[in-house]
Amino acid sequence: MNKIAKIASALTLGLTVSMMAHGHRAWIVPASTVLSGEDAWVTFDAAVSNDIFHADHAPLRHNTIEAIGPDGKAVELQNGSTGKHRSTFDLNLKQQGTYKIFYASNGLNARWETEDGQRRFWPQRGVAPTQEGFEKEVPKKAKNLQISQASRRMETFVTAGSPSTEVFKPTNAGLEMVPVTHPNDLFAGEEAEFSFLIDGKPAVGAKITVIPGGMRYRNEQAAIEVVTDKKGKVAITWPQAGLYWLEAEYSDNKGKKPAKERRGMYVATFEVLPE
Amino acid sequence: MRSRLFALFLTLSSVSAFGGELVVSLEIPRLDVAEYHRPYTALWIEGPDKKITNLAVWYDVEMKDDKGEDWLKDMRQWWRRSGRELDMPIDGVSGATRAPGTHTLSFAEGTAPLGKLAAGEYTLMLEAAREVGGRELLKIPFQWPPQKQETLKAQGKTELGAFQLTLNP
Repeated sequence: MNKIAKIASALTLGLTVSMMAHGHRAWIVPASTVLSGEDAWVTFDAAVSNDIFHADHAPLRHNTIEAIGPDGKAVELQNGSTGKHRSTFDLNLKQQGTYKIFYASNGLNARWETEDGQRRFWPQRGVAPTQEGFEKEVPKKAKNLQISQASRRMETFVTAGSPSTEVFKPTNAGLEMVPVTHPNDLFAGEEAEFSFLIDGKPAVGAKITVIPGGMRYRNEQAAIEVVTDKKGKVAITWPQAGLYWLEAEYSDNKGKKPAKERRGMYVATFEVLPE
Repeated sequence: MRSRLFALFLTLSSVSAFGGELVVSLEIPRLDVAEYHRPYTALWIEGPDKKITNLAVWYDVEMKDDKGEDWLKDMRQWWRRSGRELDMPIDGVSGATRAPGTHTLSFAEGTAPLGKLAAGEYTLMLEAAREVGGRELLKIPFQWPPQKQETLKAQGKTELGAFQLTLNP
Protein backbone atom coordinates (compact mmCIF):
# COMPACT_ATOMS: atom_id res chain seq x y z
CA MET A 1 0.00 0.00 0.00
CA ASN A 2 1.47 3.38 -0.92
CA LYS A 3 1.55 6.40 1.36
CA ILE A 4 -1.56 8.07 -0.08
CA ALA A 5 -3.54 4.87 0.22
CA LYS A 6 -2.39 4.53 3.83
CA ILE A 7 -3.53 8.03 4.68
CA ALA A 8 -6.83 7.43 2.96
CA SER A 9 -7.13 4.18 4.85
CA ALA A 10 -6.64 5.98 8.11
CA LEU A 11 -9.19 8.59 7.12
CA THR A 12 -11.70 5.91 6.31
CA LEU A 13 -10.97 4.08 9.52
CA GLY A 14 -11.83 7.22 11.41
CA LEU A 15 -14.92 7.70 9.30
CA THR A 16 -15.98 4.08 9.68
CA VAL A 17 -15.48 4.09 13.42
CA SER A 18 -17.43 7.27 13.90
CA MET A 19 -20.19 6.21 11.51
CA MET A 20 -20.63 2.84 13.12
CA ALA A 21 -20.77 4.52 16.49
CA HIS A 22 -23.77 6.48 15.25
CA GLY A 23 -25.63 3.44 14.05
CA HIS A 24 -24.59 3.68 10.44
CA ARG A 25 -23.62 0.57 8.57
CA ALA A 26 -20.70 0.06 6.24
CA TRP A 27 -20.89 -2.28 3.29
CA ILE A 28 -19.23 -3.44 0.09
CA VAL A 29 -21.80 -4.82 -2.32
CA PRO A 30 -20.97 -6.75 -5.51
CA ALA A 31 -23.22 -6.44 -8.59
CA SER A 32 -22.97 -10.23 -8.98
CA THR A 33 -21.36 -13.02 -6.95
CA VAL A 34 -21.60 -16.13 -9.14
CA LEU A 35 -20.04 -15.90 -12.59
CA SER A 36 -19.44 -18.10 -15.60
CA GLY A 37 -17.29 -17.53 -18.66
CA GLU A 38 -13.59 -16.97 -19.09
CA ASP A 39 -13.19 -13.22 -18.64
CA ALA A 40 -15.71 -12.20 -16.00
CA TRP A 41 -15.92 -8.74 -14.42
CA VAL A 42 -17.76 -7.61 -11.31
CA THR A 43 -18.48 -4.04 -10.31
CA PHE A 44 -18.77 -3.05 -6.64
CA ASP A 45 -20.26 -0.24 -4.57
CA ALA A 46 -18.90 0.61 -1.13
CA ALA A 47 -20.59 3.00 1.29
CA VAL A 48 -21.70 3.81 4.81
CA SER A 49 -25.44 4.30 5.28
CA ASN A 50 -28.37 3.68 7.60
CA ASP A 51 -30.46 1.70 5.14
CA ILE A 52 -28.32 -1.22 4.08
CA PHE A 53 -27.29 -1.14 0.43
CA HIS A 54 -28.96 2.21 -0.21
CA ALA A 55 -26.12 4.65 -0.86
CA ASP A 56 -27.44 7.83 0.75
CA HIS A 57 -24.86 8.95 3.27
CA ALA A 58 -21.09 8.63 2.77
CA PRO A 59 -18.70 6.69 0.52
CA LEU A 60 -16.20 4.14 1.76
CA ARG A 61 -13.01 5.22 -0.02
CA HIS A 62 -12.19 2.70 -2.71
CA ASN A 63 -8.40 2.94 -2.30
CA THR A 64 -8.68 1.42 1.19
CA ILE A 65 -10.22 -1.75 -0.23
CA GLU A 66 -8.12 -4.70 -1.33
CA ALA A 67 -8.76 -7.99 -3.14
CA ILE A 68 -7.12 -11.40 -3.16
CA GLY A 69 -7.62 -14.03 -5.85
CA PRO A 70 -8.10 -17.82 -5.82
CA ASP A 71 -4.31 -18.30 -5.52
CA GLY A 72 -4.23 -16.15 -2.36
CA LYS A 73 -2.31 -13.34 -4.09
CA ALA A 74 -3.37 -9.70 -4.27
CA VAL A 75 -5.42 -8.64 -7.29
CA GLU A 76 -5.61 -5.02 -8.36
CA LEU A 77 -9.00 -3.33 -8.29
CA GLN A 78 -9.75 -1.19 -11.33
CA ASN A 79 -11.71 1.92 -12.35
CA GLY A 80 -11.97 3.16 -8.78
CA SER A 81 -13.97 6.29 -8.18
CA THR A 82 -15.30 7.97 -5.06
CA GLY A 83 -18.61 9.76 -5.35
CA LYS A 84 -20.66 11.79 -2.93
CA HIS A 85 -22.49 8.83 -1.39
CA ARG A 86 -20.63 5.75 -2.53
CA SER A 87 -17.42 4.63 -4.15
CA THR A 88 -17.23 2.16 -6.99
CA PHE A 89 -14.58 -0.13 -8.46
CA ASP A 90 -14.26 -3.16 -10.74
CA LEU A 91 -12.61 -6.56 -10.45
CA ASN A 92 -11.50 -8.67 -13.40
CA LEU A 93 -11.75 -12.36 -12.52
CA LYS A 94 -8.99 -13.76 -14.69
CA GLN A 95 -8.59 -16.93 -12.65
CA GLN A 96 -11.36 -19.41 -11.94
CA GLY A 97 -12.27 -19.66 -8.28
CA THR A 98 -13.18 -17.48 -5.32
CA TYR A 99 -12.01 -13.91 -4.68
CA LYS A 100 -12.19 -11.97 -1.42
CA ILE A 101 -12.70 -8.20 -1.52
CA PHE A 102 -11.98 -6.61 1.84
CA TYR A 103 -11.01 -3.77 4.09
CA ALA A 104 -9.05 -4.60 7.25
CA SER A 105 -7.40 -2.70 10.06
CA ASN A 106 -6.05 -3.72 13.43
CA GLY A 107 -4.33 -1.62 16.05
CA LEU A 108 -4.36 0.04 19.45
CA ASN A 109 -6.52 2.88 20.59
CA ALA A 110 -6.57 4.80 23.83
CA ARG A 111 -8.57 7.28 25.84
CA TRP A 112 -7.62 9.17 28.97
CA GLU A 113 -8.09 12.41 30.85
CA THR A 114 -5.56 15.21 31.28
CA GLU A 115 -4.73 16.63 34.70
CA ASP A 116 -7.25 19.45 34.21
CA GLY A 117 -9.96 16.92 33.35
CA GLN A 118 -10.01 17.15 29.55
CA ARG A 119 -10.76 13.96 27.64
CA ARG A 120 -8.26 12.73 25.10
CA PHE A 121 -8.47 10.04 22.39
CA TRP A 122 -5.90 8.31 20.26
CA PRO A 123 -5.73 7.93 17.34
CA GLN A 124 -7.58 11.06 16.40
CA ARG A 125 -9.85 10.84 13.44
CA GLY A 126 -7.74 10.60 10.31
CA VAL A 127 -4.62 9.29 12.03
CA ALA A 128 -3.38 5.76 11.39
CA PRO A 129 -2.89 3.74 14.61
CA THR A 130 0.84 3.06 14.22
CA GLN A 131 3.08 1.72 16.98
CA GLU A 132 5.34 4.81 16.76
CA GLY A 133 2.35 7.11 16.98
CA PHE A 134 1.09 5.24 20.02
CA GLU A 135 4.40 5.50 21.83
CA LYS A 136 4.75 9.20 21.03
CA GLU A 137 1.19 10.39 21.64
CA VAL A 138 -0.25 8.24 24.39
CA PRO A 139 1.00 8.94 27.93
CA LYS A 140 2.36 5.98 29.91
CA LYS A 141 0.30 7.06 32.90
CA ALA A 142 -2.82 9.19 32.93
CA LYS A 143 -6.12 9.48 34.71
CA ASN A 144 -8.63 6.83 33.51
CA LEU A 145 -6.24 5.62 30.83
CA GLN A 146 -7.88 2.85 28.84
CA ILE A 147 -6.01 1.15 26.07
CA SER A 148 -7.69 -1.35 23.81
CA GLN A 149 -6.80 -3.45 20.84
CA ALA A 150 -9.37 -3.01 18.06
CA SER A 151 -9.81 -4.76 14.74
CA ARG A 152 -12.20 -4.00 11.95
CA ARG A 153 -12.82 -6.05 8.85
CA MET A 154 -15.31 -5.83 5.99
CA GLU A 155 -15.56 -8.46 3.31
CA THR A 156 -17.47 -9.82 0.38
CA PHE A 157 -16.82 -12.79 -1.93
CA VAL A 158 -17.30 -13.47 -5.63
CA THR A 159 -16.63 -16.66 -7.60
CA ALA A 160 -15.87 -17.37 -11.25
CA GLY A 161 -16.54 -21.02 -12.09
CA SER A 162 -16.05 -23.53 -9.33
CA PRO A 163 -15.82 -22.14 -5.76
CA SER A 164 -12.40 -22.39 -4.07
CA THR A 165 -11.29 -21.90 -0.46
CA GLU A 166 -7.76 -20.46 -0.50
CA VAL A 167 -9.04 -16.94 0.34
CA PHE A 168 -10.59 -18.25 3.58
CA LYS A 169 -7.16 -18.70 5.19
CA PRO A 170 -7.25 -16.45 8.25
CA THR A 171 -4.49 -13.94 8.99
CA ASN A 172 -4.98 -14.79 12.71
CA ALA A 173 -5.15 -11.07 13.54
CA GLY A 174 -8.35 -9.48 14.79
CA LEU A 175 -11.90 -10.77 14.33
CA GLU A 176 -12.20 -12.93 11.20
CA MET A 177 -14.76 -15.21 9.61
CA VAL A 178 -13.87 -18.62 8.19
CA PRO A 179 -16.79 -20.03 6.19
CA VAL A 180 -17.88 -23.63 6.68
CA THR A 181 -20.57 -23.20 4.01
CA HIS A 182 -19.11 -21.47 0.96
CA PRO A 183 -20.36 -17.84 0.85
CA ASN A 184 -20.97 -18.09 -2.90
CA ASP A 185 -23.10 -21.20 -2.53
CA LEU A 186 -25.97 -19.86 -0.45
CA PHE A 187 -29.58 -20.72 -1.24
CA ALA A 188 -32.91 -19.64 0.27
CA GLY A 189 -34.22 -22.10 2.85
CA GLU A 190 -30.81 -23.71 3.36
CA GLU A 191 -28.65 -23.44 6.45
CA ALA A 192 -25.19 -21.89 6.23
CA GLU A 193 -22.48 -22.27 8.85
CA PHE A 194 -19.70 -19.78 9.59
CA SER A 195 -16.98 -19.82 12.19
CA PHE A 196 -15.41 -16.76 13.78
CA LEU A 197 -11.86 -16.34 15.06
CA ILE A 198 -10.32 -13.71 17.32
CA ASP A 199 -6.55 -13.54 16.79
CA GLY A 200 -6.73 -17.07 15.36
CA LYS A 201 -8.71 -18.65 18.25
CA PRO A 202 -12.47 -19.39 18.28
CA ALA A 203 -14.42 -16.19 18.99
CA VAL A 204 -16.87 -17.54 21.57
CA GLY A 205 -19.99 -15.50 22.28
CA ALA A 206 -19.57 -13.06 19.37
CA LYS A 207 -22.85 -11.26 18.62
CA ILE A 208 -24.00 -11.78 15.06
CA THR A 209 -26.64 -9.65 13.37
CA VAL A 210 -27.90 -10.58 9.91
CA ILE A 211 -30.14 -8.13 8.04
CA PRO A 212 -31.70 -8.70 4.60
CA GLY A 213 -31.27 -5.96 2.00
CA GLY A 214 -34.20 -3.93 0.70
CA MET A 215 -34.85 -2.29 4.08
CA ARG A 216 -36.45 0.73 2.49
CA TYR A 217 -39.32 -1.42 1.27
CA ARG A 218 -40.36 -2.85 4.61
CA ASN A 219 -41.21 -1.46 8.02
CA GLU A 220 -38.92 -3.49 10.23
CA GLN A 221 -35.24 -4.40 10.41
CA ALA A 222 -36.05 -8.12 10.11
CA ALA A 223 -32.72 -8.82 11.81
CA ILE A 224 -31.64 -12.35 12.68
CA GLU A 225 -29.61 -12.25 15.91
CA VAL A 226 -27.43 -15.13 17.02
CA VAL A 227 -24.39 -15.73 19.21
CA THR A 228 -21.39 -17.88 18.32
CA ASP A 229 -21.08 -21.19 20.19
CA LYS A 230 -18.12 -22.74 22.05
CA LYS A 231 -16.35 -23.34 18.76
CA GLY A 232 -17.01 -19.81 17.53
CA LYS A 233 -19.62 -21.10 15.10
CA VAL A 234 -23.07 -19.94 14.02
CA ALA A 235 -25.67 -21.38 11.66
CA ILE A 236 -28.03 -19.14 9.73
CA THR A 237 -31.01 -20.25 7.65
CA TRP A 238 -31.77 -17.74 4.90
CA PRO A 239 -35.49 -16.91 4.93
CA GLN A 240 -35.53 -15.79 1.31
CA ALA A 241 -33.27 -15.00 -1.64
CA GLY A 242 -31.55 -11.63 -1.77
CA LEU A 243 -28.59 -9.67 -0.47
CA TYR A 244 -27.72 -9.95 3.22
CA TRP A 245 -25.54 -7.89 5.52
CA LEU A 246 -23.84 -9.68 8.41
CA GLU A 247 -22.17 -7.98 11.33
CA ALA A 248 -20.21 -9.65 14.13
CA GLU A 249 -19.09 -7.94 17.31
CA TYR A 250 -16.71 -9.39 19.85
CA SER A 251 -14.98 -8.11 22.96
CA ASP A 252 -13.03 -9.55 25.91
CA ASN A 253 -10.28 -8.58 28.32
CA LYS A 254 -7.50 -10.47 26.63
CA GLY A 255 -5.88 -7.54 24.83
CA LYS A 256 -2.13 -7.76 24.32
CA LYS A 257 -0.18 -5.44 26.62
CA PRO A 258 -0.41 -2.47 26.96
CA ALA A 259 -4.05 -3.01 25.89
CA LYS A 260 -6.52 -4.47 28.30
CA GLU A 261 -9.68 -4.73 26.25
CA ARG A 262 -9.76 -6.52 22.90
CA ARG A 263 -12.52 -5.64 20.43
CA GLY A 264 -13.34 -6.88 16.99
CA MET A 265 -15.90 -5.87 14.43
CA TYR A 266 -16.59 -7.79 11.26
CA VAL A 267 -19.00 -7.09 8.39
CA ALA A 268 -19.77 -9.16 5.30
CA THR A 269 -22.18 -8.98 2.38
CA PHE A 270 -23.69 -12.21 1.01
CA GLU A 271 -25.94 -13.01 -1.90
CA VAL A 272 -28.52 -15.77 -1.39
CA LEU A 273 -30.07 -17.27 -4.53
CA PRO A 274 -33.53 -18.80 -4.97
CA GLU A 275 -33.76 -22.59 -5.23
CA MET B 1 -10.40 -72.07 -23.04
CA ARG B 2 -13.43 -72.32 -25.20
CA SER B 3 -15.76 -72.54 -22.20
CA ARG B 4 -14.05 -69.49 -20.71
CA LEU B 5 -14.62 -67.47 -23.86
CA PHE B 6 -18.18 -68.66 -23.90
CA ALA B 7 -18.64 -67.51 -20.29
CA LEU B 8 -17.20 -64.11 -21.21
CA PHE B 9 -19.58 -63.88 -24.16
CA LEU B 10 -22.49 -64.70 -21.87
CA THR B 11 -21.44 -61.99 -19.41
CA LEU B 12 -21.15 -59.36 -22.13
CA SER B 13 -24.47 -60.23 -23.70
CA SER B 14 -26.20 -60.21 -20.34
CA VAL B 15 -24.87 -56.65 -19.72
CA SER B 16 -26.28 -55.38 -22.98
CA ALA B 17 -29.54 -57.23 -22.32
CA PHE B 18 -29.99 -55.00 -19.25
CA GLY B 19 -29.24 -51.83 -21.19
CA GLY B 20 -32.33 -49.69 -21.01
CA GLU B 21 -33.19 -46.50 -22.79
CA LEU B 22 -34.49 -43.07 -21.81
CA VAL B 23 -36.58 -41.14 -24.30
CA VAL B 24 -37.06 -37.52 -23.32
CA SER B 25 -39.51 -35.16 -24.89
CA LEU B 26 -39.36 -31.50 -23.89
CA GLU B 27 -41.26 -28.48 -25.07
CA ILE B 28 -39.84 -24.99 -25.40
CA PRO B 29 -42.99 -22.89 -25.54
CA ARG B 30 -43.56 -20.23 -28.16
CA LEU B 31 -43.82 -16.96 -26.25
CA ASP B 32 -45.49 -13.79 -27.36
CA VAL B 33 -42.92 -11.27 -26.13
CA ALA B 34 -41.38 -8.17 -27.71
CA GLU B 35 -37.80 -9.40 -27.29
CA TYR B 36 -37.36 -13.15 -27.58
CA HIS B 37 -34.16 -15.12 -27.13
CA ARG B 38 -34.03 -18.89 -27.19
CA PRO B 39 -33.52 -20.20 -23.65
CA TYR B 40 -30.35 -21.68 -22.31
CA THR B 41 -31.43 -25.23 -21.46
CA ALA B 42 -29.86 -28.03 -19.42
CA LEU B 43 -31.03 -31.64 -19.06
CA TRP B 44 -29.37 -33.88 -16.53
CA ILE B 45 -29.85 -36.83 -14.19
CA GLU B 46 -29.24 -36.66 -10.45
CA GLY B 47 -28.52 -40.02 -8.94
CA PRO B 48 -28.02 -41.41 -5.47
CA ASP B 49 -25.21 -39.45 -3.70
CA LYS B 50 -26.09 -36.44 -5.90
CA LYS B 51 -24.02 -37.90 -8.73
CA ILE B 52 -24.72 -35.96 -11.92
CA THR B 53 -24.99 -37.22 -15.49
CA ASN B 54 -25.29 -34.39 -18.00
CA LEU B 55 -27.42 -35.25 -21.03
CA ALA B 56 -27.76 -31.93 -22.86
CA VAL B 57 -26.67 -28.30 -22.40
CA TRP B 58 -27.89 -25.84 -24.98
CA TYR B 59 -26.37 -22.37 -24.97
CA ASP B 60 -25.03 -19.72 -27.31
CA VAL B 61 -22.03 -21.62 -28.61
CA GLU B 62 -21.54 -19.31 -31.60
CA MET B 63 -20.53 -16.11 -29.81
CA LYS B 64 -16.99 -14.82 -30.24
CA ASP B 65 -14.43 -15.57 -27.49
CA ASP B 66 -16.80 -18.05 -25.78
CA LYS B 67 -18.80 -15.04 -24.60
CA GLY B 68 -21.93 -17.21 -24.60
CA GLU B 69 -20.55 -18.99 -21.53
CA ASP B 70 -21.12 -15.82 -19.47
CA TRP B 71 -24.79 -16.70 -18.96
CA LEU B 72 -24.40 -20.42 -18.19
CA LYS B 73 -24.67 -19.47 -14.49
CA ASP B 74 -28.26 -18.33 -15.07
CA MET B 75 -29.24 -22.01 -15.15
CA ARG B 76 -28.70 -21.75 -11.43
CA GLN B 77 -29.32 -25.29 -10.25
CA TRP B 78 -27.42 -26.85 -13.11
CA TRP B 79 -24.57 -24.41 -12.54
CA ARG B 80 -24.45 -25.33 -8.86
CA ARG B 81 -24.84 -29.08 -9.33
CA SER B 82 -22.23 -29.51 -12.05
CA GLY B 83 -21.91 -26.66 -14.57
CA ARG B 84 -19.35 -24.72 -12.61
CA GLU B 85 -17.07 -27.78 -12.46
CA LEU B 86 -17.11 -28.32 -16.21
CA ASP B 87 -15.01 -27.06 -19.08
CA MET B 88 -17.39 -26.15 -21.87
CA PRO B 89 -18.16 -27.19 -24.56
CA ILE B 90 -18.65 -30.92 -23.88
CA ASP B 91 -18.68 -33.34 -26.80
CA GLY B 92 -22.02 -35.03 -27.25
CA VAL B 93 -23.66 -32.91 -24.55
CA SER B 94 -23.43 -29.22 -25.40
CA GLY B 95 -24.95 -27.62 -28.45
CA ALA B 96 -26.70 -24.53 -29.77
CA THR B 97 -29.94 -23.24 -28.25
CA ARG B 98 -33.10 -24.72 -29.74
CA ALA B 99 -36.12 -23.06 -31.31
CA PRO B 100 -39.58 -23.21 -29.69
CA GLY B 101 -41.30 -26.56 -30.27
CA THR B 102 -41.07 -30.11 -28.96
CA HIS B 103 -37.68 -31.77 -29.00
CA THR B 104 -37.22 -35.51 -28.58
CA LEU B 105 -33.93 -36.98 -27.39
CA SER B 106 -33.06 -40.59 -26.66
CA PHE B 107 -30.26 -41.93 -24.51
CA ALA B 108 -29.22 -45.57 -24.50
CA GLU B 109 -27.53 -47.13 -21.51
CA GLY B 110 -23.91 -48.00 -22.13
CA THR B 111 -23.37 -45.18 -24.59
CA ALA B 112 -22.33 -41.58 -24.00
CA PRO B 113 -23.58 -39.36 -22.53
CA LEU B 114 -25.77 -41.65 -20.40
CA GLY B 115 -23.18 -44.34 -19.73
CA LYS B 116 -23.94 -46.96 -17.11
CA LEU B 117 -26.49 -46.26 -14.41
CA ALA B 118 -26.45 -48.36 -11.24
CA ALA B 119 -29.82 -49.55 -9.96
CA GLY B 120 -31.48 -46.91 -7.79
CA GLU B 121 -33.60 -43.81 -7.53
CA TYR B 122 -32.88 -40.98 -9.93
CA THR B 123 -34.32 -37.61 -10.92
CA LEU B 124 -34.37 -36.24 -14.42
CA MET B 125 -33.87 -32.47 -14.21
CA LEU B 126 -34.66 -29.88 -16.86
CA GLU B 127 -33.78 -26.20 -16.41
CA ALA B 128 -34.31 -23.29 -18.77
CA ALA B 129 -33.17 -19.66 -18.40
CA ARG B 130 -33.99 -17.03 -20.98
CA GLU B 131 -32.31 -13.67 -21.59
CA VAL B 132 -34.67 -10.87 -20.45
CA GLY B 133 -37.05 -13.68 -19.48
CA GLY B 134 -37.48 -16.08 -16.60
CA ARG B 135 -36.09 -19.35 -15.34
CA GLU B 136 -37.84 -22.65 -14.69
CA LEU B 137 -36.79 -26.00 -13.28
CA LEU B 138 -38.72 -29.27 -13.76
CA LYS B 139 -38.06 -32.65 -12.17
CA ILE B 140 -39.17 -36.19 -12.97
CA PRO B 141 -38.20 -38.84 -10.39
CA PHE B 142 -37.70 -42.36 -11.75
CA GLN B 143 -36.46 -45.83 -10.81
CA TRP B 144 -33.62 -47.53 -12.67
CA PRO B 145 -33.57 -50.04 -14.26
CA PRO B 146 -37.15 -49.95 -15.58
CA GLN B 147 -39.14 -53.20 -15.17
CA LYS B 148 -41.51 -52.35 -18.00
CA GLN B 149 -42.07 -49.53 -20.43
CA GLU B 150 -43.28 -46.51 -18.52
CA THR B 151 -44.01 -42.84 -19.29
CA LEU B 152 -43.63 -40.14 -16.62
CA LYS B 153 -44.64 -36.51 -17.00
CA ALA B 154 -44.16 -32.99 -15.66
CA GLN B 155 -45.60 -29.72 -16.90
CA GLY B 156 -43.86 -26.36 -17.11
CA LYS B 157 -45.67 -23.08 -16.56
CA THR B 158 -43.51 -20.30 -17.93
CA GLU B 159 -40.24 -21.09 -19.66
CA LEU B 160 -40.97 -24.77 -20.30
CA GLY B 161 -43.99 -26.69 -21.58
CA ALA B 162 -44.69 -30.42 -21.57
CA PHE B 163 -41.83 -32.57 -20.23
CA GLN B 164 -41.98 -36.31 -20.61
CA LEU B 165 -39.74 -39.27 -19.87
CA THR B 166 -40.31 -42.71 -21.38
CA LEU B 167 -38.30 -45.55 -19.86
CA ASN B 168 -37.66 -48.55 -22.08
CA PRO B 169 -36.30 -51.70 -20.42
